[in-house]
Amino acid sequence: MKKIFTYSFLNTIILTLIFTQQSLAQELEKDPPNMNMDAVFNRPTLTADDAPIAIGGYLEANTIHKINDEGDSDGLSFQARRLTLFLSSSITNRIKFMTEIEFEDGGNEVEIEFAAMDVAFHPLLNLRGGIVMNPIGAFNENHDGPKWEFVERPDVATRMMAATLSNAGFGLHGKTHHKNWIFGYEAYLTNGFNGSIISNEEDKTYLPAGKEDPKRFMENASGKAMFTGKIAIKNHQFGELGFSYMGGTYNKFEDDGEDVEKPANLNVFAIDFNTEIKNWGTKFVGETSWIRVDTPENYTEQYGSKQFGFFMDIIQPVYKNKILDWEEATLNLAARIDYVDWNIGKFKSTHTKIGDELIAISPAISFRPTPQTVFRINYRYEWQKDIINNPAEQAATWYVGFSTYF
Amino acid sequence: MKYYLSVLGLLLFLSSCETFSPKELEEYELLDGPIEGLSLEESRRFVKGDAAFDDDIFTVENGLGPIFNGTSCISCHAGEGKGHPFVSFIRFGQHDETGNHYLDQGGPQLQDKAIPGYEPEKLPEGAPHATFLAPAVTGLGYLDAVTDEYLLALEEEQSESQDGIQGKVHWTTIPDYVTPREGAISKEGKYISRFGKKASVYDLLHQTVFAYNEDMGITSYYDPYDTYSGDKMEPEIDRQTISEVVFYLKTLKAPVPRNQDDPKVIAGKNTFESIQCATCHKPTMETGYSPINVLSYQTFHPYTDLLLHDLGSELDDGYTEGHAKSSEWRTAPLWGLGLSKDSQGGKYYLMHDGRANSIEEAILLHGGEAADSRYMYQNLSTAEKEELQLFLESL
Repeated sequence: MKKIFTYSFLNTIILTLIFTQQSLAQELEKDPPNMNMDAVFNRPTLTADDAPIAIGGYLEANTIHKINDEGDSDGLSFQARRLTLFLSSSITNRIKFMTEIEFEDGGNEVEIEFAAMDVAFHPLLNLRGGIVMNPIGAFNENHDGPKWEFVERPDVATRMMAATLSNAGFGLHGKTHHKNWIFGYEAYLTNGFNGSIISNEEDKTYLPAGKEDPKRFMENASGKAMFTGKIAIKNHQFGELGFSYMGGTYNKFEDDGEDVEKPANLNVFAIDFNTEIKNWGTKFVGETSWIRVDTPENYTEQYGSKQFGFFMDIIQPVYKNKILDWEEATLNLAARIDYVDWNIGKFKSTHTKIGDELIAISPAISFRPTPQTVFRINYRYEWQKDIINNPAEQAATWYVGFSTYF
Repeated sequence: MKYYLSVLGLLLFLSSCETFSPKELEEYELLDGPIEGLSLEESRRFVKGDAAFDDDIFTVENGLGPIFNGTSCISCHAGEGKGHPFVSFIRFGQHDETGNHYLDQGGPQLQDKAIPGYEPEKLPEGAPHATFLAPAVTGLGYLDAVTDEYLLALEEEQSESQDGIQGKVHWTTIPDYVTPREGAISKEGKYISRFGKKASVYDLLHQTVFAYNEDMGITSYYDPYDTYSGDKMEPEIDRQTISEVVFYLKTLKAPVPRNQDDPKVIAGKNTFESIQCATCHKPTMETGYSPINVLSYQTFHPYTDLLLHDLGSELDDGYTEGHAKSSEWRTAPLWGLGLSKDSQGGKYYLMHDGRANSIEEAILLHGGEAADSRYMYQNLSTAEKEELQLFLESL
């Protein structure tokens, strides 16, 4: 009985693969347009004749001048933020390899942000394994500097969630479309975070601290897989809307088979969207997320168990014409609002609101001689409150910079 | 045309950089900052100590706990000001002057927080205790540089007066690592302590070492014993950093008074003196010699006498510390009082445990030696009370 079941299960798989193989070429031909989840595919790369590898990347650099309300300023600095290299290779028609290697802060930090093998069974069924980018929100996967009008990455993405977050693991992704609608999904099991998210030098619950663990691509602190899943829907007229979740146990609760802590869980929910008013060319890009983290009962309230944040970009092209030999040079006005509350709730002792939140507004001017290159002038004004909710520290920052694919 | 307008807009945008900078806070709005006149070498030490005080966050990785009260200096002294109740802590274990009988049960300080995997301390049933809030740390160098002789003279002056106010210095046994200050006076092997709610801490090295270990669970060369296990540990902070933090605390400026020319503030000051608040909250003191030049032989205005006073049953929590009885408290310096809300989340949490949410509540909690002053306050007119409040907020 057991053998019959096994044979019929295998037959089903084989028949499915044969069926999908027959239709694959046609399916790939009519591959639906890009979504945020396709960002790793949708990058300009260069390949020489017969070369098995395509290469590309981007560079980001800028000047920065920040001053706060105590008159403190480090003056003007020049920052070489990141040089990122993309390599990709089609091993067969169905097997692809892609990687993104990032050199940050002038090469002080070198990180493999993404290095995965994709095996395509069907547009709706692709296997991905290696170092994958967790599909939480949209920015994490769609973060290339030249795509954005702002030098700084959104606070909610980088300082509340942990963009760019990638982990060793594997999973499935796929998409399909019907008329003007496209549907995509991703689901991965990866290594997770560790206890540093509630014990770190930011003195707050801080997911990015989990990225500092040098062993995270080799060891899973909790010993339990972290799940990240996303579904997204896109309409040619209305834009794209994504819902994502990431969660699992984050702490090392067992050591040598002995319980050393209570298992503690992390849950992250995110909604992302982007749309464009076609007649005006106005683009809206935004993302919001909620984090729930188990913290020990007798721990300091410095580390919150609930977080919330969002960002919203509005980009308005104001001039589009041929300048020099750039056929579609575009000047944009843009604005961003950032909000992060790292510690939602009230103090047990006083029942007053816990602070630890940030609001920032960033007007910007960007000039794109081509879609692959952006020159940016940004101004950012932020108000940041400490945990006690004392009067916000204010700071203003000017940035002039560029980012370009190559 | 659009092109030129855009360029013009861009130029206008850039030319207005100054306008877009945040309004700089006035010196008198900040508790953070050095005493004027430090040498370059002293300024460098100040900056290093500032960085350690403000930026060193202790984590599981670098030694926090395993049981603790706060994760950094700044978590208890936000903006160098008074602490917030969420980082209050409990001292326990001493009924009377015979000593702390709960040292083997975690006394004298309750570490009520623990890193994951550990249990924090629980207050032993029936143990006498009091809750404390962290004080502001500004101007401490001036207080540290007052001579013992000066404090003993104040004690004597008060003992000779007939107004019922009789402050006393707190004679304590000091830890081995503490060196008595120059000109220190000792009595039966004990020295005059002046820091802490009950004046049980001798100097700023004593306070700093104690706070690292008891508040954060950070062992040092000076105090290498782990608060959780009691075992002797490797230092989790180096001597250099402790030295820089001590120097920082000594050279933090005193709070800058505000609105001193306001007639109502002046009237409030007169009321303050007429109802004898100024006997204990002594407006002016003088320093003696200090190895830090700017602290030597200075006149300053802390509104404290650094002496212990009996404040009556209203403030008697049943906890004795050293020889400071359960109703005795060191006069809290009032400088910076008006700025304390800015480090306490916009509200007042006054007195040793933050139980008073307004200046008036704090005044009304003064009993014992201060009962007469409280009575006189209660008989002030509404206008006089308002003036007094304005004066206190101007400090």
